[in-house]
Amino acid sequence: MNAQPIHFKPSEGFRARSKAVVDNPFLRQSFRGAMDFLMSKRAAQFPDDEELQSLRSLGEAIRQYNLAKLPELLERLEANLTRNGVQVHWAETPDEANAIILGICQRHSAKLMVKGKSMVSEEIELNHAAEAAGIGALESDMGEYIVQLANEKPSHIIMPAIHKTKEEIARLFADKVLGVDYTDNVDALIQIGRNVLRQKFLEADIGLSGVNFAVAETGTLCLVENEGNGRMCTTAPPIHIAITGIEKIVEKLEHVPPLLSLLTRSATGQNISTYFNMISSPRKPGEKDGPEEVHLVLLDNGRSQAYADEQLRKTLQCIRCGACMNHCPVYTRIGGHAYGTTYPGPIGKIISPHMLGLEATSSMATASSLCGACGEVCPVKIPIPELLMRLREEAFSKPHADPVMRGQGAGYSRLMTSVWRSWAAVYRSPALYGVVTWLGSRFGWLMPSKQGAWTSVRVPLKPAPKRLRDMLRERG
Amino acid sequence: MSARDRILGNLRKNQPSTAKSLPDVASWFAGHRPVESGAEKVARFRHFIELAHAEVHAVTADNWLDTLHAALKTRGIDRLLVAEGTPHGEVALDELPPRGVECSVYDMAIEAWKSEMFNATPASLTAARAAIAETGTLILWPDALEPRLMSLVPPVHVVLLDATKIYNTFYEAMTAEGWQDGLPTNSLLISGPSKTADIQQTLAYGAHGPKELIVLLLEGEQ
Amino acid sequence: MTQSKTLPPRPADVYFFATCVIDQFYPGAGMDAITLLERQGIRVHFPEEQTCCGQPAYTSGFPDEARKVAAHQLTLFPQDWPVVVPSGSCAGMMKHHYPMLFAADPVRKAQAEKLSVRVYELTQFLVDVLNFKPEDCGSDCTVVLHTSCSARREMGVHLTGRQLIGDLKNVNLAQQDHESECCGFGGTFSIKQPEISGAMVEDKVKALKATGAERVVSADCGCLMNILGHAAWKDAQEGRTTPSLPGEHIASFLLRRTSK
Repeated sequence: MNAQPIHFKPSEGFRARSKAVVDNPFLRQSFRGAMDFLMSKRAAQFPDDEELQSLRSLGEAIRQYNLAKLPELLERLEANLTRNGVQVHWAETPDEANAIILGICQRHSAKLMVKGKSMVSEEIELNHAAEAAGIGALESDMGEYIVQLANEKPSHIIMPAIHKTKEEIARLFADKVLGVDYTDNVDALIQIGRNVLRQKFLEADIGLSGVNFAVAETGTLCLVENEGNGRMCTTAPPIHIAITGIEKIVEKLEHVPPLLSLLTRSATGQNISTYFNMISSPRKPGEKDGPEEVHLVLLDNGRSQAYADEQLRKTLQCIRCGACMNHCPVYTRIGGHAYGTTYPGPIGKIISPHMLGLEATSSMATASSLCGACGEVCPVKIPIPELLMRLREEAFSKPHADPVMRGQGAGYSRLMTSVWRSWAAVYRSPALYGVVTWLGSRFGWLMPSKQGAWTSVRVPLKPAPKRLRDMLRERG
Repeated sequence: MSARDRILGNLRKNQPSTAKSLPDVASWFAGHRPVESGAEKVARFRHFIELAHAEVHAVTADNWLDTLHAALKTRGIDRLLVAEGTPHGEVALDELPPRGVECSVYDMAIEAWKSEMFNATPASLTAARAAIAETGTLILWPDALEPRLMSLVPPVHVVLLDATKIYNTFYEAMTAEGWQDGLPTNSLLISGPSKTADIQQTLAYGAHGPKELIVLLLEGEQ
Repeated sequence: MTQSKTLPPRPADVYFFATCVIDQFYPGAGMDAITLLERQGIRVHFPEEQTCCGQPAYTSGFPDEARKVAAHQLTLFPQDWPVVVPSGSCAGMMKHHYPMLFAADPVRKAQAEKLSVRVYELTQFLVDVLNFKPEDCGSDCTVVLHTSCSARREMGVHLTGRQLIGDLKNVNLAQQDHESECCGFGGTFSIKQPEISGAMVEDKVKALKATGAERVVSADCGCLMNILGHAAWKDAQEGRTTPSLPGEHIASFLLRRTSK
């Protein structure tokens, strides 16, 4: 499985990948249908706008409170987890995180790791690192399992296989799962996955999971899920390794209920997920199951860069619900794979530059009409459009010493900068503006019939023969 | 310098100088969630957990075992995993075998019988510690008597819930019980049988955990 | 049911900030908006030195250039009159982004904040300040209203346009699919990501046409330029000589409907 690694290639080829989806009516229809479904499910969960807005404000306040205390809370979390018997590891980069995880696997001569859904493990491309080390890494969330079987990456952070139809999955199972005949009955397909994976939960040496919230005051890792595979991965194998970004932390247990409510209602339109799994320690003496060892890997991978700037820090408020992508007209048109990053959609556009550098991601920030739908639904009120404009500024400004982010100025072009300079020179001067627009109105008929990208699907723009100011003057 | 020191150092260097005030979670819940009577909470709990595809039976201390027996029989299940040493487990152990349901117990560490647990345990019976009306949620704190896998691996999970232990909200449950002062190895909220909508947004039950969740709602004598 | 609200005092004078798009591409819409205001007994002042709010540079990642242009507009409205803008997008820029744009310049920031509270989007001004109830003089027709994302999400004025059209007794307001979705304009987005922008406007035009409405009305000329530009392109592609989706600014529509 997964013969060749699929590396991140966000900016390069972004337009070509977008075009491929946009030109495919079947995919267009399928994404539209899926997003409509998720949007209506969310809307049904928030019938009372006052409740929604006050809960969003509370969610925002909780996330900002905890981010403001982040270093202290990380130390407190570590102390409490350690006291509870959980081993805490720190990683600045994906390579360091992989080395820690594979080191634990190798110490236990592990052959098979079963994985609960973890976007951070996708972020560090753990599956490839594990396979290179001769350790099987098997995804157990149904969507992730499907995507892994197909040798693809998730196209949505909550619904990884949202780009696939049941017929495609039926063919995939018939081709790749031993002893399975073609069926496109969804219940039967889920049963196939269940049967394969149950055997793996039984055999696995290591269970890997993500973390939705880490509670500092109690030293608790919280996981949100519907399938039960997260519970399997964190309970059945003898070792559990959890991995999380350093920002997913709350000081107090009472911070969890509002965030959980916002998360499940925004993500899939459920008032709560089937399981909310809170893990505070490995198996204690006398207990009959649960892992003997629990590890937590805390990953930075660019998060501390976002943290350093007051505005960019808001990126870290995210609780990974995916509502921004469900409501994004761009995501709806191109799906998740076109982005080429682990995190697609609006949140992907604002978090990926910190992970991959603006060199690799500068064109992503331009792929937004700034319509504001993402910011409107974000359960913790991240001002996503504002952050996109900031990233455009960081990408296109002239490279300078002491930048706030890696790759600042990567999209700098002298030509583009001089175009905007000239634009400003005209529009800040009423006299110049007057001359230029007067020429435009008199000679508008000379406007070319091909106006670059604009006329690929639109008629050319032609200034009116008289400007408003001319009409007003004539009227007197 | 270790990765830990570098990460913490970077964060400290750029930490906002002023702390934010503690968010007032209590006020939000006080202002947005009703205080309900016992009967209202039972009704709301039942509504939501049934919406999530759980089967709920109102039972009494006298008839819960009959209801359990009937539920197993309808499904053709003749083997039940129970917790020795718990009051409900002991009752089941005493009374179910004569009625044709074999009872197994979780009396040793999972390593000794993992395969049997996964392959030959069709149903289990556990108690719930409490429940939440707002979302139709069971609260379980697995322990040495009722370990974690009991509520996860068997395809049918039967839960005994005392109807007087239903809280309005998750927030109320954790604050009333002082969870912040210490949590067990594993605490769980369960709001229905295992499910997934990962294939074309079509809901299917029994993804990895129990395919069926049966709640025996133990209401006091009235 | 509309909530009863206290209207601000009715001004005798307003400034009109036309926007560069209206000045150059849709001057008729600007004239109609001015006439509409004047018919309500308002003196409309058009500062001749106005150019552009600066938004194109601002949203493209060139805040310095936007600041230069915006700084010039800050000087144009010395009297304490409302500034009426026939575009949710440019109004949003002046109302919400100017104060942020000048955050580091105390003098201009204070000016921007004083200006901010006086900025109104046209339909918002007609409804919330003038309590304008258009009296319909036209014959039966069906139209569809497209509200810009800035009007909807930044200015929060998506209901005022609906209300004005709702007051026209012979006009049936059609409801398009995915009404609140962006038309795909987004300024330089339409140039930088033409494939995605093109797909968005294609879907928008289809949804508008599917209502069977005889025209589309909008309070934002940026959206109109995009929507009508695509509709006309499609007509040309498919050999139609009459527009399959005509459209106009809401000011022009309201003025015509209320003219005897």
